[in-house]
Amino acid sequence: MLNSKTNRVASGYWLGIFLVLIAVFPLFSPNPYIMTIMAFAGIHILICTGLNLLIGYAGQLSIGHAAFWGLGAYISGVLTAKFGWPPVPAMAASIFGTCLVGLVVGFPTLKLKGHYLAMATLGVGIIIQIFFVQLDDLTGGPQGLVNIPSFSVGPWTINTPLGNHYLIWTFTALGLFGALNLSNSRMGRALKAIKTSEVAAETMGVKTFQYKLAIFVLSTAFAAVAGTLYAHYLNFTAPETFGFHNSVLLLTMVVVGGVGDSWGPVVGALILTFLPEYLRAYEGLEVVLYGVVLVAVMMFMPKGLAPLLKAIPSQLLNLVASGEKTYGAR
Amino acid sequence: MAQDNIISINNLSKNFGGVNAVFDVSFDVPIGAIKAVIGPNGAGKSTLFNLITGIEPPTSGEIRFKNQKVNSLKPHQRAAIGLSRTFQTPQIFGNLTVLENVLIGRHLHGRSGLVGGLLSTSRSRRENREMREYSLQLLERIGLVDKADELAENLAFGQLKLLEIGRALASEPKLLLLDEFAAGLNQNEADEIVALVQDVRDEGVTLLIVEHHMRLVMNMSDEIVVMNFGEKIADGTPDQIQQDKGVIECYLGSEDCDA
Repeated sequence: MLNSKTNRVASGYWLGIFLVLIAVFPLFSPNPYIMTIMAFAGIHILICTGLNLLIGYAGQLSIGHAAFWGLGAYISGVLTAKFGWPPVPAMAASIFGTCLVGLVVGFPTLKLKGHYLAMATLGVGIIIQIFFVQLDDLTGGPQGLVNIPSFSVGPWTINTPLGNHYLIWTFTALGLFGALNLSNSRMGRALKAIKTSEVAAETMGVKTFQYKLAIFVLSTAFAAVAGTLYAHYLNFTAPETFGFHNSVLLLTMVVVGGVGDSWGPVVGALILTFLPEYLRAYEGLEVVLYGVVLVAVMMFMPKGLAPLLKAIPSQLLNLVASGEKTYGAR
Repeated sequence: MAQDNIISINNLSKNFGGVNAVFDVSFDVPIGAIKAVIGPNGAGKSTLFNLITGIEPPTSGEIRFKNQKVNSLKPHQRAAIGLSRTFQTPQIFGNLTVLENVLIGRHLHGRSGLVGGLLSTSRSRRENREMREYSLQLLERIGLVDKADELAENLAFGQLKLLEIGRALASEPKLLLLDEFAAGLNQNEADEIVALVQDVRDEGVTLLIVEHHMRLVMNMSDEIVVMNFGEKIADGTPDQIQQDKGVIECYLGSEDCDA
């Protein structure tokens, strides 16, 4: 039986492998097209990691998370492109602003029992997108916001594919690191308890409302960071990216990867970011194939792909470990 | 006199759309006692527990815990001042391990929050270790330590009941409410829980229990409240209750309660 210590060692192992893979990825992929998709995957993973904390831990649903992603992108984009702010304070402002909206949405809805947060985020998501379109003096309207500068820290501007790769995936890795830590913490357990039985959690002294609100706001913060990275990476943002369609796509990534598993967003977002690109070869059939993949995952792997993937190589991992020992001895 | 009671229920009523689930009930629970609430199904016992723990708001009346009116406190606030409970149907966190369930019972004795958890600060890790040690000792005590890392949903029913009591004890409550702790258990399992409950009482925890098993109730309780159709019909020692004409007529008379 795995106890939580071996669990932690295992998750540390996975995180190590993950970091190495991310670090060496550019060496094996000089293709800028693949690097672009990889950057989007990193951004998706970051949002989905936050979303997974909300859905997989606290059992709450947000059907408007793309809008919070958009808020992050637009706040940072507008502040830098229109007001000349440097990206770092703009990022801070975008996290703050997005969390504030999250707080305003979450506060009244999470007090109620039931899935009112889902309803509210659905509506707020649509409203926020309308603002992106209508406030065209600031946002550029339906054509989108252009001339967003690349991310920079002081004199260093990050505008190469390689630089962006490491910038984006550093934040992605940090988000993942936080989520993995939280899983074994007092707060993480309390959130998982809320998901199973709010009444029982509450009688154990868990402040269910406060915790649900905190994790929702945190998930909007993850989305805001992802939005900032997105805006400065593309140097452009458009309203349609942040609509209902992508909110559902983000949810799908979490579900396909495995709800409640910290690695779920990584697996789900990677697959669902790359899959459509490869399905492009089958023009006209791509939507059908995409649908078939989703249905198959839901039917045969209802807990998602991540737990499955982790189970298969646990034997292999032992082999690798013993192999490393012999290798190291040479 | 009042300070000798850990909890006082005064004229408590709960009305569900015209039905009086609990009506004008008053009683006290002395510190350190085992007090039982008995009554036929639908007498309002579980509703009473929900009112006391704050899961349902009362329609009228007053609940005083440790001389403080707690009517307006949320369940988690009542837990924080020493009130814990189990449920008629065990409300175990099945997706978590047995140890994690007890750790959640220990929640109130920790302080680390979201930031500590995300960053896994040394303080939050140390606190986690202390909580684990305490919880493992508790599991040892209730005989589930070898199941610590198993998912709670894989436990047998009797073990779930034990675990739920263990989880409640992890918060070190002053008053523990047990809702039908022996229901569905065989004799051995029931004896085990009764021994545990008496142990807990000897350590100074006051107990308020709902139980249908009459011999258990009569043997272990210091005082008994009898309810019928939401109203209190008797309140006294087991001997007094067994002599009470109203109780015999209304409840005990028609049933073989020595089962």
